[in-house]
Amino acid sequence: MLRRLHPDQPESFAFTPANLEWAKRQIAKYPEGRQASAVIPLLMRVQEQEGWISKPAIEHVAGMLGMPYIRVLEVATFYFQFQLAPRGSVAHVHVCGTTSCMLCGAEDLIAVCERVIAPEPFMVSEDGKFSWEEVECLGACSNAPMALIGKDYYEDLTAERFEEILEALRRGEVPRPGPQNGRFSSEPLGGLTSLEGTRPGHKGNASVELALALGDTVKRITGDEPSPPVPHAELQAVEPARDDVTEERSADEPAAPPFRLDAPRDGRPDDLKLLKGIGPKLEARLNALGIYHFDQIASWGPAEIEWVQAELGPAGMGVLKEDFVDQARALVESSGTAYTQRKLGSD
Amino acid sequence: MSDLRKVIIDDIEVEVDPHLTILQACELVGIEIPRFCYHERLSIAGNCRMCLVEVVGGPPKPAASCAMQVRDLRPGPEGQPPVVRTKSPMVKKAREGVMEFLLINHPLDCPICDQGGECDLQDQAMAYGVDFSRFREPKRSKIDPDLGPLVATCMTRCILCTRCVRFATEVAGVPEMGQFNRGEDSEISSYLGAMLTSELQGNVIDLCPVGALISKPYAYTARSWELRKTESIDVIDALGTNIRVDVRGREVMRIMPRNHDGVNEEWMADRSRFIWDGLKRQRLDRPYVRVDGKLREATWGEAFRAVAEAVRGRKVAALAGDLAPVEAIYALRELVRGLGGTTECRLDRAALPAGNRAAYVGNAMIRDIDTAGAILLVGTNPRNEAPVLNARIRKAWLKGAEVGIVGEAADLTYTCRHFGSGPGDLEKARDGLKAAAQPVIVIGQGALTRPDGAALLAETMALAEACGAKMLVLHTAASRVGAMDLGFTTEGGLDAAIDGAETIFALGVDEIDLPEGPFVIYQGSHGDRGAHRADVILPACAYTEESGIFVNTEGRPQMANRAGFPPGEARENWAILRALSAEIGMTLPFNSIAELRAQMFAEIPHLGRIDQVPENGWTPLATGNMTDDAIVNVAKDHYLGTPIGRASGTMAEMSRLRNSRQAPPLAAE
Repeated sequence: MLRRLHPDQPESFAFTPANLEWAKRQIAKYPEGRQASAVIPLLMRVQEQEGWISKPAIEHVAGMLGMPYIRVLEVATFYFQFQLAPRGSVAHVHVCGTTSCMLCGAEDLIAVCERVIAPEPFMVSEDGKFSWEEVECLGACSNAPMALIGKDYYEDLTAERFEEILEALRRGEVPRPGPQNGRFSSEPLGGLTSLEGTRPGHKGNASVELALALGDTVKRITGDEPSPPVPHAELQAVEPARDDVTEERSADEPAAPPFRLDAPRDGRPDDLKLLKGIGPKLEARLNALGIYHFDQIASWGPAEIEWVQAELGPAGMGVLKEDFVDQARALVESSGTAYTQRKLGSD
Repeated sequence: MSDLRKVIIDDIEVEVDPHLTILQACELVGIEIPRFCYHERLSIAGNCRMCLVEVVGGPPKPAASCAMQVRDLRPGPEGQPPVVRTKSPMVKKAREGVMEFLLINHPLDCPICDQGGECDLQDQAMAYGVDFSRFREPKRSKIDPDLGPLVATCMTRCILCTRCVRFATEVAGVPEMGQFNRGEDSEISSYLGAMLTSELQGNVIDLCPVGALISKPYAYTARSWELRKTESIDVIDALGTNIRVDVRGREVMRIMPRNHDGVNEEWMADRSRFIWDGLKRQRLDRPYVRVDGKLREATWGEAFRAVAEAVRGRKVAALAGDLAPVEAIYALRELVRGLGGTTECRLDRAALPAGNRAAYVGNAMIRDIDTAGAILLVGTNPRNEAPVLNARIRKAWLKGAEVGIVGEAADLTYTCRHFGSGPGDLEKARDGLKAAAQPVIVIGQGALTRPDGAALLAETMALAEACGAKMLVLHTAASRVGAMDLGFTTEGGLDAAIDGAETIFALGVDEIDLPEGPFVIYQGSHGDRGAHRADVILPACAYTEESGIFVNTEGRPQMANRAGFPPGEARENWAILRALSAEIGMTLPFNSIAELRAQMFAEIPHLGRIDQVPENGWTPLATGNMTDDAIVNVAKDHYLGTPIGRASGTMAEMSRLRNSRQAPPLAAE
């Protein structure tokens, strides 16, 4: 698709004060001399603010980033996402026309666009409020057919529902995004077959909830929008569960002595030296503490490890570092670690 | 280098530097890899895919040899050297595929295309092309942007190698070309129809591997195979750019650069490249003698008699202009010395000390700029005075050299620290120069033509000596160093030389106004300012029409060759002087240019060592008082600085465009 700048260009371009602040923060992300890296975010914000990218905007962005005009023009013409001509004042509708959506009725949606918006893609509708284009896969195949309006996906569309959405937008409403056929997200059409009842109290999936919280999601971005609510804020307060319990221990759990023996069972201690990190000296000290067998070590929990470390002093660092507990467990389950197998083989 | 890597290329085992690309390694063993986008003086783009080779044991697909380094090749399973094949069936098939894609949208323009006969695509299509096309769809069409009076465009021929984009951005330093859109719609253009402004833009014509960017003045005037090609030297600036003059019959059809790593690499300034229409206009094709205040056509005999009359028993001053070859200046010097006259070549009153070659040439070579850690420009705007040299300074700057300037600040296409504009600010550069490795100071004629130029030169030399820097005197006239080598000077400079002169012999003097009063004999090629003032005009050859030595700004003698013949009765400069000497009765002791050169080389041996830069013994100058006035650069029009340029329509157009760009826009009424 050959794209050129629009013949009618505005006199000038300026970011809104809030967008300018935002742009400066983007530029500050990059080290001195690499400001050009911010060109795509800035151009995108130009488009979010104005609906399209004009020649004065290209020159403005180039000036902000210290780039030659021609380099910014190259970027703007390269990416199809950048609109180089004015689009609908309410929304530019992206209808996905790739395989899944096409099989599920994207052509009907396009027919709606042609009828309701404009007969050709990129043309602005008569009332100036809409324009449309067919885009490549937007990655919502399980909810085909779909369309991208503003920043939100409207999924599981039918031609009728799509037209209703467009009419609502025309009236200045912002319809609820997400699946339009009652689905929560991309679960099977016939409903959940497992993990039922895991979504109590949600008004929709996360992106729908976010859109509902934001309200007007098709408006032009001026930069002073409220920041979106943090999703699942109530969950983030809870410490995430860790499966690696040997390393984590809450501070209030006291150190506890492990299970100790006065003498090795049957008078035959295990060869603790088979564990990586234990030599004859450490073996003798462990024996002195009453630890003779692999199964003893395998049973240690965090409290026991702390006790053993305290007893052994600096020499006890290896308990965690070499993970004696895991090694011992492997030996008890008689598979052994690569180290012990090598060691046994060499003996 | 000790760290060499062994590679087997087409059964030839070779040890190469691992940082070389496969393409360069192949060139070392004499295998030429076809390429369009790769150019050794530009960054690697790797987008034409013509240089595909097979890397045995690598990924099972052809590799772009221009973008893959030897060190990235994997050795064989037993540590055998990696194997590269450039002629295997896989390679041939891959290149044929690339060629077929390139030709899909390439028009069958060859019979009407100026690139025909010297076209990379044409040549390589002979090797890898097929004789039919499987493409039945309409070919794409393109808008041809107007890039100005020098570069014509025919973008349907473009194969998107982006050499021109890279040249404009990297070498010329003026990012005014770009690649827009994507995929099939990609197009090369300037920013929204802007004309190119670079003074090196003509080089994109050479770089373009197809006929997409072609020379506008040369368009449709000749075919490359009809041209007789003569290797020569450019005289429009003092850099001594190596050129090739293409001639058909008597007519110069175009001028192209030649590769010389020590001088111009392979670039050329536009004002040298597109000058040739100036060689055809305003030419002096017969002698003239002023009779009753009016110049009247004359025969050589009449002109010589008038000259003999004018010099006999009178005080003669001889002046050498900017474009005269060394041989002519030598002959004139011999003649005038025989007459007891004075000689002078420093027409701009530059304070070049006679006899001290380190002071009037410097001790730095142009090559030294590449390795310099810091470069100080004193009273010069190299972009205006020698654009190719400026590209070289920019190259050093890209590699990390610090560039500073004392004098008039200007946009030089690189960031340049401005220390100040007066001679006193020279001192501020000292620390930076001292700290840098192999610093170079470039002093221009803007500094030397000041009244205190001698003191400023001495101060600069002292600074160079103190900082371990090398110094390069950037001249603006191609003949100046040669004339200085010949000692074509008078103590006291121009004013002393013409003081009280009754007759002035002006050898191509067009840049200054001669005083009213003396009888002026003008010998030169163009009817310019010098000829208007003259009482006798002796028509001579221009630089493409005679063999002559020119010593460039770094002191490198280079030989320009005769590419064509002068118009009408114009003769070679040295031959006119030789014939004149016989008329005066003081016959010069040579009958051919070979005899002349033998005598001249006996006196000044380094002139005979063509293309060698002599070492100059460093003799410091006595410092003097300097004023605090700001240093002003030489105010020569970039395009119209020579009589040939002033006669050229192309140059006039370029100059007009440049001035209109620089002029403040008129307020809208």
